[in-house]
Amino acid sequence: MKDAVSWENDVTTNTVKIAARDVQVHYGDTHAIKDVNVDIEDKTVTAFIGPSGCGKSTFLRCINRMNDTIDVCRVTGDIRIDGEDIYDRKVDPVQLRAKVGMVFQKPNPFPKSIYDNVAYGPRIHGLARNKADLDDIVERALKRGAIWDEVKDRLQAPGTGLSGGQQQRLCIARAVATEPEVLLMDEPCSALDPIATAQVEELIDELRQNYSVVIVTHSMQQAARVSQRTAFFHLGNLVEFGDTDKIFTAPEDPRTESYITGRIG
Amino acid sequence: MTDMPIENAGAAPAPRKGSLLEQDARTRKRNRAEARFKAYGILAIAMGLLMLVILLTTIVGRGTGAFQQTFLTVEVELLEEKLDKKGNRDLADIKKVSTFGYAPLMRAALEAKVAEIGFETDLKSKEMAALLSKSAAADLRNFVLENPDMIGETVEFKFLAQSRVDGYLKERVTRASIANDKNISAAQLDLVDALVAEGSLQKQFNLAFITGADASDQRPEAAGMGVSMIGSLFMMLVVLVLALPIGVAASIYLEEFAPKNWITDIIEVNIANLAAVPSIVFGILGLAVFINYMHLPNSAPLVGGLVLTLMTLPTIIISTRASLKAVPPSIRDAALGVGASKMQSVFHHVLPLAAPGILTGTIIGLAQALGETAPLLLIGMVGFIASNAPETIGEGLMSPNSAMPAQIYEWAKRADPAFYERAWGGIIILLVFLITMNAIAVMLRRRFERRW
Repeated sequence: MKDAVSWENDVTTNTVKIAARDVQVHYGDTHAIKDVNVDIEDKTVTAFIGPSGCGKSTFLRCINRMNDTIDVCRVTGDIRIDGEDIYDRKVDPVQLRAKVGMVFQKPNPFPKSIYDNVAYGPRIHGLARNKADLDDIVERALKRGAIWDEVKDRLQAPGTGLSGGQQQRLCIARAVATEPEVLLMDEPCSALDPIATAQVEELIDELRQNYSVVIVTHSMQQAARVSQRTAFFHLGNLVEFGDTDKIFTAPEDPRTESYITGRIG
Repeated sequence: MTDMPIENAGAAPAPRKGSLLEQDARTRKRNRAEARFKAYGILAIAMGLLMLVILLTTIVGRGTGAFQQTFLTVEVELLEEKLDKKGNRDLADIKKVSTFGYAPLMRAALEAKVAEIGFETDLKSKEMAALLSKSAAADLRNFVLENPDMIGETVEFKFLAQSRVDGYLKERVTRASIANDKNISAAQLDLVDALVAEGSLQKQFNLAFITGADASDQRPEAAGMGVSMIGSLFMMLVVLVLALPIGVAASIYLEEFAPKNWITDIIEVNIANLAAVPSIVFGILGLAVFINYMHLPNSAPLVGGLVLTLMTLPTIIISTRASLKAVPPSIRDAALGVGASKMQSVFHHVLPLAAPGILTGTIIGLAQALGETAPLLLIGMVGFIASNAPETIGEGLMSPNSAMPAQIYEWAKRADPAFYERAWGGIIILLVFLITMNAIAVMLRRRFERRW
């Protein structure tokens, strides 16, 4: 594993972090993703939008090989992170997932304390030398997850006892605790109310300073608010990919236009 | 809801008439159907409870007698010239006196007792001594061997009464029923009445029934569950040590790691089928494999435990897989998402959440194994009378023994009604074990259950 990015990384020029070429995904007989080519930049929020079942979540799960856990799923093509093919036979998906964190649609904290939720990743990856170190990591991660102030007095309380929005921010804190380089978010706000959504969106914007964030969302407003780049998926194809401003104001493809104006979806 | 059959399709919906305060015909009909269904449910539960009450009252009513036994307390003079002719209290010499040597002492003791209470009878002293159990002399001899210092003194000793006397006190035997009985006569019963009136012959709590060994056909009064209980415990030990790890490991592999293909499908179907295989089939398998082929000893709890392990494994695997399946997949995703390996996600997150279900399944499997009789028939654990408790664990596993349900079965098939009472008593002990195990299952469930 390469050294984790330091928190204070101040690279300003956006480089390509994830490059996907000719990615195809099959679920049994279903051709879920067709020939997707996309370059995801570092320190940028990239949004995947598209109607339900268009393959955006499937593609997202290819980036940290979560699809490996599904027996009938086959991925072909080439996905590179920092130039390294993540589907190379030498790549261990477990090591990859430490580098590519993921936040899921439904908040899924472990049924353990808030502290243990965040400390679990660093513990299994051996990121802390001692208890004080671990406390530090947990505090930093909870601060990054913008939830520290709400939970600092009850770190031993169960993580599942928090409200939905807090749980989701806890999950984000848990994901950043292992110091990943890429953060994948699969509709992170779909189970949250508007206030919690606003908090999480604000958080995503902050996370951009340090990570390459990829977010799948149903809400076009959300994509417009948080992302710099947007990819529009339709029926397994990547229809259009470009700057968010451009996609929402001057889409090139008629399908994109139909979708963002609400005619398909 | 669009696929619900639409009644009166095509016709314009009739506007609802009438007041909300009175039910229309359709509502009344639906409410009646619901009330009927509830009544069936309550009836079914009531029937179930009634059966349970009948079962329990029968068992308790018939079985409690076994926990009481009739004892005759008399003073026995341990004559030195009979028991220790040389007078040097050498244990080897005392041991040379067999139970026959003790019989005269007991006869004398009984004669003295009869004379003391002033009971007029034609009974010879031998007939008086026949009121005592056939194991009474052996009991006295064991007492003397343990306390050789008492030789030459007069001790008060509690003798087991024979089963007819015991039955007479428990009203199982009546004067009418002994008409053709060679074991006891009306004159002897007169003496029994006199001794009861005097207070030296009475029913007492019978610890030996819980701790003692089985006894031969002629001595139902001396039979106990203790040694077969130890046999059962050793079998449970074998089952627990083998079935729990094998079963849990197999289920984790099948549920979490194994690829889903036709081979695992076949394994899955066959495990489910194994759970339905009659236990006697496992018994004959055990006979063929463990005894005939592997030459493990007959009647040994080790073999019984192995057979019951085979029988319990499907139960444990099925319940473990069910509780692993019940763990939400989001927990697995969460663990994998932070970079846990498959094994870490299983052992750190899935298994702790599945633990209550696994434990419950295991204990229910054990309880099932504890009550199993049929396979034990085939490996010879029925009908063997182990007279001594084993001294080491190895001996406990390898030496012939019986098991609680087998012991009950054995008693139930013997002719003497005194054994029948003991069979019911044995069932009470077995039920106490089962209830305890189920209570432990409930407690563990509560303890390990997710607290949030």
